[in-house]
This record gives sequence, C-alpha cells and structure tokens, in this order.
Amino acid sequence: MTDSASHPASPASTQKAPPSRLREFWSSFKENRGAVIGLIVFLGFLFVAILAPLLAPYAPDTQYRDAQLVPPFWQEGGSTRFLLGTDAVGRDLLSRLIYGARFSFFIGLLVVTLATSLGVLLGVIAGFAPRWLDTLIMRLMDIVLSFPSLLLALVLVAILGPSLLNAMIAIAIVLQPHFVRLTRAAVLTERSKDYVIAARVAGGRPIRIMFRTVLPNCLAPIIVQAALSFSTAVLDTAALGFLGMGAQPPTPEWGTMLAEAREFILSAWWVVTFPGLCILVTVLAINLMGDGLRDALDPKLKRS
Amino acid sequence: MALLEIRNLSVDFATHSGQFRAVDGVDVTVDEGDLLAIVGESGSGKSVSMLALMGLLPWTATVTADKLEFDGQDLRTISARARRRIVGKDISMIFQEPMSSLNPAFTIGWQIKESLRKHTDMTRSQRQDRAVELMRQVGIPAPEKRLQAYPHQLSGGMSQRAMIAMALANKPKLLIADEPTTALDVTIQAQILELLTGLQQETGMALVLITHDMGVVAETVQRVQVQYAGQRVELQEVGGLFQNPHHPYTAALLAALPERATEKRLPTIPGVVPGQFDRPAGCLFSPRCSFADARCIAQRPSPAGPELGRALCHYPLIDGQPTGKESAA
Amino acid sequence: MLSFLIRRLATFIPTFIGVTVIAFAFIRLLPGDPILLLAGERGVSAERYAELQHQFGFDQPVWRQYIDYVIGIFHGDLGTSFSTKRPVLDEFMQLFPATVELGLCAIVLATLIGIPAGVIAAVNRGKFFDQALMSSALVGYSMPIFWWALLLIIVFSGTLGWTPVSGRMGLQYYFDTPTGFMLIDSLLSGQSGAFRSAVSHLILPTIALATIPLAVIARQTRSAMLEVLGEDYVRTARAKGMSPLRVNGVHALRNALIPVVTVIGLSVGTLLAGAILTETIFSWPGIGKWMVDSIFRRDYQVVQGGLLLIALVVMIVNLIVDVLYGFINPKIRKG
Repeated sequence: MTDSASHPASPASTQKAPPSRLREFWSSFKENRGAVIGLIVFLGFLFVAILAPLLAPYAPDTQYRDAQLVPPFWQEGGSTRFLLGTDAVGRDLLSRLIYGARFSFFIGLLVVTLATSLGVLLGVIAGFAPRWLDTLIMRLMDIVLSFPSLLLALVLVAILGPSLLNAMIAIAIVLQPHFVRLTRAAVLTERSKDYVIAARVAGGRPIRIMFRTVLPNCLAPIIVQAALSFSTAVLDTAALGFLGMGAQPPTPEWGTMLAEAREFILSAWWVVTFPGLCILVTVLAINLMGDGLRDALDPKLKRS
Repeated sequence: MALLEIRNLSVDFATHSGQFRAVDGVDVTVDEGDLLAIVGESGSGKSVSMLALMGLLPWTATVTADKLEFDGQDLRTISARARRRIVGKDISMIFQEPMSSLNPAFTIGWQIKESLRKHTDMTRSQRQDRAVELMRQVGIPAPEKRLQAYPHQLSGGMSQRAMIAMALANKPKLLIADEPTTALDVTIQAQILELLTGLQQETGMALVLITHDMGVVAETVQRVQVQYAGQRVELQEVGGLFQNPHHPYTAALLAALPERATEKRLPTIPGVVPGQFDRPAGCLFSPRCSFADARCIAQRPSPAGPELGRALCHYPLIDGQPTGKESAA
Repeated sequence: MLSFLIRRLATFIPTFIGVTVIAFAFIRLLPGDPILLLAGERGVSAERYAELQHQFGFDQPVWRQYIDYVIGIFHGDLGTSFSTKRPVLDEFMQLFPATVELGLCAIVLATLIGIPAGVIAAVNRGKFFDQALMSSALVGYSMPIFWWALLLIIVFSGTLGWTPVSGRMGLQYYFDTPTGFMLIDSLLSGQSGAFRSAVSHLILPTIALATIPLAVIARQTRSAMLEVLGEDYVRTARAKGMSPLRVNGVHALRNALIPVVTVIGLSVGTLLAGAILTETIFSWPGIGKWMVDSIFRRDYQVVQGGLLLIALVVMIVNLIVDVLYGFINPKIRKG
C-alpha cells in the first residue's frame, strides 16, 4: 500500500469508527446511575474550576481584617457577605474553595498524564523487551511498590523541596508502577494474538507494532486505571499539602487549607469541614465515574 | 403408599422480561425402591422440578403444586428448618459436574463427614469409619488416603464417586441423580451407571435418574417419564416405552437413537424446545410434531389413560400410528 | 509448597537489594553537600568537616560506601539520629510497637466489620442493605482520612467530650512499658483506669485508620462472595441440608476469603501510609509521626533508616501474606 492510497482513507475511518464504539460505551455507561451522578458532579467541578474568577465573590487571597473567622451565613454571627464564612485571616472561604477546584483539577490532570505516559511507555517496553530488560523494569517497579506510597512521595518531596509541582511529580512517580504492571499484562496477552503476528509478517516496524497495533487494544484497563488514579492523585496531593509538603500557603489548595485550619478545629468547625468536604465529594464523584467506566469499558474487570 | 408424590407441580421464574414457566403441571410418583428415569432435552424442566423438591431453587422461582409429599410429609407447608432435616438425609442429590460440585477448599473426608455430623449422632471415630466404608462402597481405592485428598486432586470419575459416597452417607430413601454421567468420559459413564444401579439394589433406596440420553435409560431403569417444555408427556414401563411409545415426542427421541436407526441418516427432531416467547397456544410439541394438525395447534391436549402411557397428546400413538384422528375430524 | 517458598524468596532478595540501594542513594540525592545539610544551619569548621566526612565514609568511593552501608545494615547499624543522638534502629524499635498496636487494631476492626458486611451485602444482593452498604463503602474508600480524623475529633472529643484528642495514655498514669503495647502494659501495670485510658486513646485513631481498609475489604468480600455463591459446590452444600449460615459462612466464605486475604495483606502498605497521617493528627508516638517529624527536622539519617525499615516491614508482611495465601488455597498448597 502506498502512502497516497492509505492517507485519504485513514481520516475517514477514524471519523467513522469511533462514534459507534462511543455510543455503545455511552449506552452501557448511562445504565449505571451512580456513574452518571459522578459524571455530573465531575463536570460541575470542572465548570467551577474553569470559571473560578467569574464565580468567586472575592479574590482567594484578599484578607478582610474586620471579618476574621466569621461563621457561615446561617449560623449566629454569620452574614450573607461571606456565605461560607471566613478563615483566620479574614479570607472568604467560598472563594478559596472555588479557586481550590482549579488546583485539584489541574493536579489530577497533570499527575495522571505524567504517571500514565511514563507507566504506559515502560509497560509497553517491558512487554516487548527481551527477558532481562523486562525483569529489570518489573523488579524496579516491585521496589517502588514496597514503599508505602505516601511515605515515598513524602521522601521524594523532601529531596526535591516542598512545593506543589514537586508534590505532583512525586505522586506521579509513586503511581506509575500500577500503569507499568497493567500495560505489560495487557500487552503480553495481546502480543500473541493473530493480528499482531499478521502485522509482523507484513513487516511492520517494531515501534509501529508496539504503539499503533498493540497499544490501542490495551487501552480499556489503562483508561479505567487512569480515572481511578485521578482520585488518588487529588487525595494524595491534598495529604501532602496537609502535611506541609505540598502546595504552600497561601495557595488555596484544599489540603493546604485544611492544614492551616487545624488549630481551629474545636473553635471554628467551618474552616475544617468545607475544604475536606470538597475533597471528599470530588474524589467520590471520580470514583463513581471510574467504577462506571470500568463496568462499561471492560466487563472482564467488573468486580462489584 | 408412594414415597414421593408430586401433583401438578409448576415452577415460574421471574426474569427481566416477565414470568417464565419452567415446569408446567408435572406429576411425579416414586415408590420405595423404585427406579425412575426422567428424560427430556435441555430446557424441558426435568432438573428444575427436582430442585424444587429439594428447595434448591433461587429466590426468583415460585413453586406451586397441588401435592408435594415425601414420606408422608407435606413439603409445601414444611418450615425451612424441617426441610433441611430431610434434605441431605432422606433425599439426596448428585449433580452433573462432579468436579465443581465438590468444595475445592475442603478435603473429601471433611465434606462427607460434615453430612454425617449434621444428620446423625455419630462420634468422631464412627464418622471416620463410616466415611471409609462409604468410599469403599463406591469403589474408591485406598479410601483412608483419598479422604484426605482435595477435590482438584481427583479425576472426574473419582469426584462423582465421592459425590455419590457423600449422597449415600445418611442412607437416603431417595437419591436423585441429575445427569450424573453427562460430564464424564464415555468409558467412565457406564461404570458410574453400574455403580448407581448396583447401590440402588444393594440399599433398596429409590433412584430418580435425570437424563437426556435414552440409551442410558434402556439399560438402567424400570419406569420412564418423558418431559417436554416443562410438561410430562409420557410415563411408561421401560419395556413398553421402547416397544410402543405413545407420544410422538417419545417416538421421535427413540428414533434418534443411533442403535435404533433404520436408515443411513440418523433422524433428528427439527426445531428446539420453545422458550419464553414462542410458547405455542395448543400442544407445546405441535410445531415440531410430524402428526400435528389444526386441533393440535389450537387446543391443549389432556393426558391419556395409563394404558396409553398417560400420553399428553390428542392422538396418542399405537404402534407408531396416531389414534382417534378420524373421530375428531 | 517448598518450591513456592523458594520462588517467592528469589524475588524477595533482589527487591531487598533494590530497597537498600534506594535508601543508600537517598542522602546522596539530596541537593547540596550532605555534611553541610546534616550539620544544619550552624555550619561546621574545616576540621570537623573532614572528621565528619571520614566518619560517614564520604571520602571513600561510592561502591565502597554502599558495601559498608550494607554491612552496617546486617550489623543493625542504621546510623544515628542527629536530634536525639540515639541509634536509628533503637528509636525505631521503641516506636514501632505503637504503630503495630494501632495498625493491628485498625486491621482487626476493618476485618471484623468488613467481611461480615460484605457477606451480608452479597447474600442480599440488590436489596436495600446491599445498596446502603456499598454506597457507604464507596464514601469510605474516597475519604480523605486526614479530614475524617479531624471530624472525628470535632465530634467525639470536642462536642461530645468522650475521647481524648491525642497521645496514647492519660498523663496521670506512669508505668514501665515492657512490651510497648499500651493495651498490654496498662493491664500489667495494675493501675486502675490505665487500661481504660489506653482504650479511649486508641478508639479514634483506630476508626480513622480502619476506614479505608474497611471499605476495601467490604467491597472485595462482596464481589468475591457473589462470584462464589453461583458455584455448584454451594448448591451441593445446600443439598446436604446445611443451614444458610453454614452455607454462606463456611462453604462460600471459605472460598471467597482467598482473594480477600490478599487484599487484607496488601492493605498493610496502605495502612502504614495512612499511619503517617493518622499518627500526625493524633500525636500518636509511632513510626509514621517519627518519619514526618524527622523530615521536618532534616534528620536525614532517621529518614534513610526509617525508609529502609518500613520497606522491609512491608516486604516481610507481603511475604507472609503470600505464604498464607498458599496455605488457605489448597490448589497451591498441594498442587
């Protein structure tokens, strides 16, 4: 087949084929009530993250010295000026939470992109590599996995220096072995199938076979893992922020906000409750969505 | 008095698309020491009626019957607890897949002795002795050693023998064998059947053999009950049934036996057992029956008398010819 | 079984070597001169610098340093804490029982509730209890436990005043701790009220730490049970006249437990990660808090040694779980 012949054909086929698969996926995804709720909450959260400057009543770091630790509006002493109250230095809690959505979404996206691309690359290589290289990669992953993930991330941040970016890199490194294992396992089962052998016999270059022939058929479990890792990323980055090893104050990141609020747990419940609630709802929505994705994309993985 | 008496038993399953009637007004009678075969294709409801008797159907099933009596006890009104005292003791059952019917996590001996512990007052050593005796009875060599084996260490034939040993543990009055040889190698099948009939004679228990294989029936049992689409279509002594089947379905089943084939090509029964959505209004066999006419399609038949094998047919066969057709026309 | 053990050990050793390499590399990966870093902000004189360099072996080639490091490990020498001047291993051994006590309580709580809950949910599949339980499990699974712990404190320590906020023991009690397990030591001490105090200090951290494993175990038990309940041998057990309790709780559960035990074992790593947060919040004097404090104090000898020891604990637990898995799964044991 010449280039000129294959070229016009490929855009047409890529335009035609996916919608039917997508529709099939959507019809089985929307059967799952929890997953749809998760998707709606997730989209709402994405909406808030994008439109934060328009939605937030105040800037996240403006301090109103006259209004420190004001309770939410429905409680005695609260006012509709600050709907969810203010923190210890008089910043509007609602505005900080809204801006916090930006961070969480950005964190999740970046960490998952990093972890997935690195993990899938290593996994495909391990799946196709000679035995020694495969063993080397997998042993390395075993080693990474024998440290509790949060501890390793903490130590990595200690090496790199505490900042939001370093926290995200550390978490991506800790997450990627799961992608390596998953991808390798999927590649190994696909590799021996007839269409791969056919591609080889037809003289396909190894790189092309690895990434164009085999990888697309391994995507379902990887996508599911990516969705579920999104929630781990949000959770662990918040945990690092909480321990003072992630985003640094005054960044309105939810975990960091919680850390700042710790000393007020017995006096001002709202500064503690709301950031955590945001983390919980976000993670819950992503997990609901991830469960639905898993059931819709890969019936074999269907567990619960 | 009959050991087991079932009158007009029906079983309905609740499915996503509505009710499905798997057993439709079936009668079964088993006397003490009886040897009955229930024959039919898959989907004829032969296993389901026996599972209903044992109380082993899932909660989606609704069981109704005019009479469901075992050994003088009404199983329709009995409490679950009281039923469990009968099931596994006086009635026991063995299944199609011996390998997966044994629990992989426990030894054979544990599983046999569990049954003894539940239903008898035997001491530990008595149970061990009884288990060894049972293993010997079903022809398993080196019983003491095999009792300590896990199911995956046994072959299919050995597993089915172990299942039989377990079923016989409490000297049941009735053993139901649900396609006990279907999953086994042909050479093993005959051994297991021989074992079952031998044990039946030895212990005097009644045996109900559920099978789809007319060949198995011929050499094993005394009476045969043929079921089709959840209904009993014929009941006869085995000799009479093979010589002079009264229901067209029985006749067709017999004609499909390789050893009875007269032509070069083996005859088959066209079509399949009706499912949930294609149940005919009249005789359920009419779409596949070579003798069917307008009456068969429109009207449900009622069973004939015992002299005609209670054939559920408008025109019961005698010597291969339909009867009563002229009078109806 | 023996060959299984040997194969398992064969992967244990290279992983352990890898872990020592990572722990060894840790101090050398820190940006800047390790000695200046270790000395902190006060700085050191030139003689002291040379002395320290010699003491830590930094004047040796790297491979030599690594070998010395590994030899040290086998002699139990994991360095000395800069802040307390005590050997890292001694500190670890002193604090480890606190973490074990908390972790064991959490895993026991998670198992005792999670397995029956999963079984009941599976048996009542699709009914109200199942749906309620699985929804709560998903919430538990998504819970940021550092926040959850704070909420528990707000409600039970703040509003209700039932439990203490932090620590392991009321200040009015003082006694020797021969085992390191406060529940046992308080009983041995014979002081009235000490055991009560130990329990009340344990409750909130245990709940916080148990939440995620509990959710995971309940979910896993449910799905394993659902798979097993459709098996032929479950029908056989019912055909023997066994009660529903025995059918579900012995015949089905025994098989469903095989994957669940793996999950419980794997949650030990999660548990140690969770202990970092839980111990920090409740000021629980265990190794999680020790690690966090050491990172903040830049006590890098402790971080290095702690990292190695914690990884070793996780690896040993995983090894035990694998052996246990072989033990409860007859197909591996005798196959």
